[in-house]
Amino acid sequence: MNRDRRLILILSIAFIFFASFAFWAGRGTMNTLTEFFYLLAIAQLWNLLAGYAGLVSVGQQAWIGLGAYALLVSTDDIGLPVYAGIVVAGLVAGVLAIPTALLGFRLRGGYFAIGTWVMAEVFRLSVTASSDWLGGGLGRSIIVNNLFSSPSARITSIYIVAIVLAFGTVALTQYLMRSKVGLGLTAIRDNEDAAASLGINTYRVKMIIFILCAVGTGMVGALIALNQINIIPKSMFSVNWTAFMVFIVVIGGIGTIEGPIIGTIIFFLIREYLSDFGEWSFIILGVIAVGMMLIAPQGVWGLIKERVDVEIFPVRRLISAERLKSLGRG
Amino acid sequence: MQWINTLVQGILLGGLYALYGTGLSLIFGVMRIVNLAHGDFIMLGAFMSLLVTSMLGLPPLISIAIVVPVMFLLGFLLQRGILNQTIGKGLMPPLVITFGLSIIVQNVLQMGFSADSQGLDAGALETASIPINDQISIGIMPLITFIVAVAVLAGLQLFFNRTKVGQAFRATSDDPETAELMGINSRQIYALAMGISFAIVALAGILLGIRTNFAPTDGPARLIFAFEAVIIGGLGSLWGTLAGGIILGLSQNIGAQINPTWFQLAGHIVTLIVLAVRPTGLFARTRDS
Repeated sequence: MNRDRRLILILSIAFIFFASFAFWAGRGTMNTLTEFFYLLAIAQLWNLLAGYAGLVSVGQQAWIGLGAYALLVSTDDIGLPVYAGIVVAGLVAGVLAIPTALLGFRLRGGYFAIGTWVMAEVFRLSVTASSDWLGGGLGRSIIVNNLFSSPSARITSIYIVAIVLAFGTVALTQYLMRSKVGLGLTAIRDNEDAAASLGINTYRVKMIIFILCAVGTGMVGALIALNQINIIPKSMFSVNWTAFMVFIVVIGGIGTIEGPIIGTIIFFLIREYLSDFGEWSFIILGVIAVGMMLIAPQGVWGLIKERVDVEIFPVRRLISAERLKSLGRG
Repeated sequence: MQWINTLVQGILLGGLYALYGTGLSLIFGVMRIVNLAHGDFIMLGAFMSLLVTSMLGLPPLISIAIVVPVMFLLGFLLQRGILNQTIGKGLMPPLVITFGLSIIVQNVLQMGFSADSQGLDAGALETASIPINDQISIGIMPLITFIVAVAVLAGLQLFFNRTKVGQAFRATSDDPETAELMGINSRQIYALAMGISFAIVALAGILLGIRTNFAPTDGPARLIFAFEAVIIGGLGSLWGTLAGGIILGLSQNIGAQINPTWFQLAGHIVTLIVLAVRPTGLFARTRDS
């Protein structure tokens, strides 16, 4: 069995296993897992953006917030069904990512990071300025009774969407890294000028990744909105969302697909232990992330890989003996 | 008349933003690092002054004599102990580390001082003003802030142009390897630069705290104002940062005059327009790469 088939099998079994929870698991379990999977999804997307494309954005909360408000408007005001609303949320984030990228890409490296933060603030302040329609700083609530037949139907639906998005982002990252775009990304990450001189359209590749990540994060934003019901600009556009993504990815291992998965598990364990400590949990997570970057920048997955030769998600390109033989004959 | 008042306040506010921006661009200029915790260190300066004034019963302006050296030392040690390890390892480590520090500082301040807004008590100085006529008056504190900003910028210019250490700063900024060959310890220069940035930031935090109330979570907004002053003014230009700060302060005050909720938004939009039309800033002298 080759590496790709084995991976598809593993992912399918895992997906079916978690999907089955919808039939027998309790509400509490499903709520916890929902949060786990949407954090995994946004962390994986930030990993794609920063770890693979080198675009260190700290403004990803823009797409969470915009996705949440897009869902609110498309379901409550326009009357779309909930799943259509989630797709609209992704599209709205994707469309607004274009001007954001056009402006942001004018900034290099570190200043790009603050530039994305400014854009997130612009979206937050614009939403807050609309007090009649969107409820201003106090926000608005989604009337979930119109969208779901019962509270338990809501929890189950949100859970299913969360696992679809989490598995979707993992599969997307894996697919991209095995494609031409991924090859271009790796080249850009290693040396942008050299990649450009080899004919890779670095601007276009980065643009594609930036938009894709906005779409995915926007859809997660819609999911978070359905989960929290009350939509307040300050919490939806909070930089804490990006802090979660950064901490998860850095602790797990940046630039690998396994890293964010391990990072999300560690993040959850730490948070469960520290849930009563409020500010302390943020401080400890921050200290771990900073310490990790200094001592082991390759993250927990990198440390594991140094000791045992494993690779669950094969993104390396290996030379196959058969292919070499056929090349030799030809 | 109301408008003239708005413009005067906007210009004076620009002085504070120039102080924010100078600390940020100094670090970027010397070692190409963007400090994402910059705004939170401004707040740390303000809260440190709050602590000193309440413990020792000193007026806030006198607390500068304690807070600024302490912050200088903190910046120096931060660079020596932590950030110097990331030099030459690419873009990611310093960004992640300073972002982590931003979250840590915010939450530590929140634990120590609660999430409430607080202010530094400078007595009559807070509201004192020089009346020009019936409608226009210039606040003493905004005026002091502006004068301090101009003095800091002039001091930095003298430092870079006239002193040996200042020349070492410029040499390290241009080419760290060659500077090392000439006997300059670039790591020491980086630590000094961070120390100076922290000292300026502490000054800005205290002046901010006397003017308005502040809260532990105000840091990110301060970072963004610093960034906007730098982007509008142009990377690497000392006096450009002052001009950028003034334009930012004017935009915010004019925006707020039209609609009170547009204060921040107006500043962001002017920044984005500058970025779209002139990405090198209005008064750029050097390029970033």
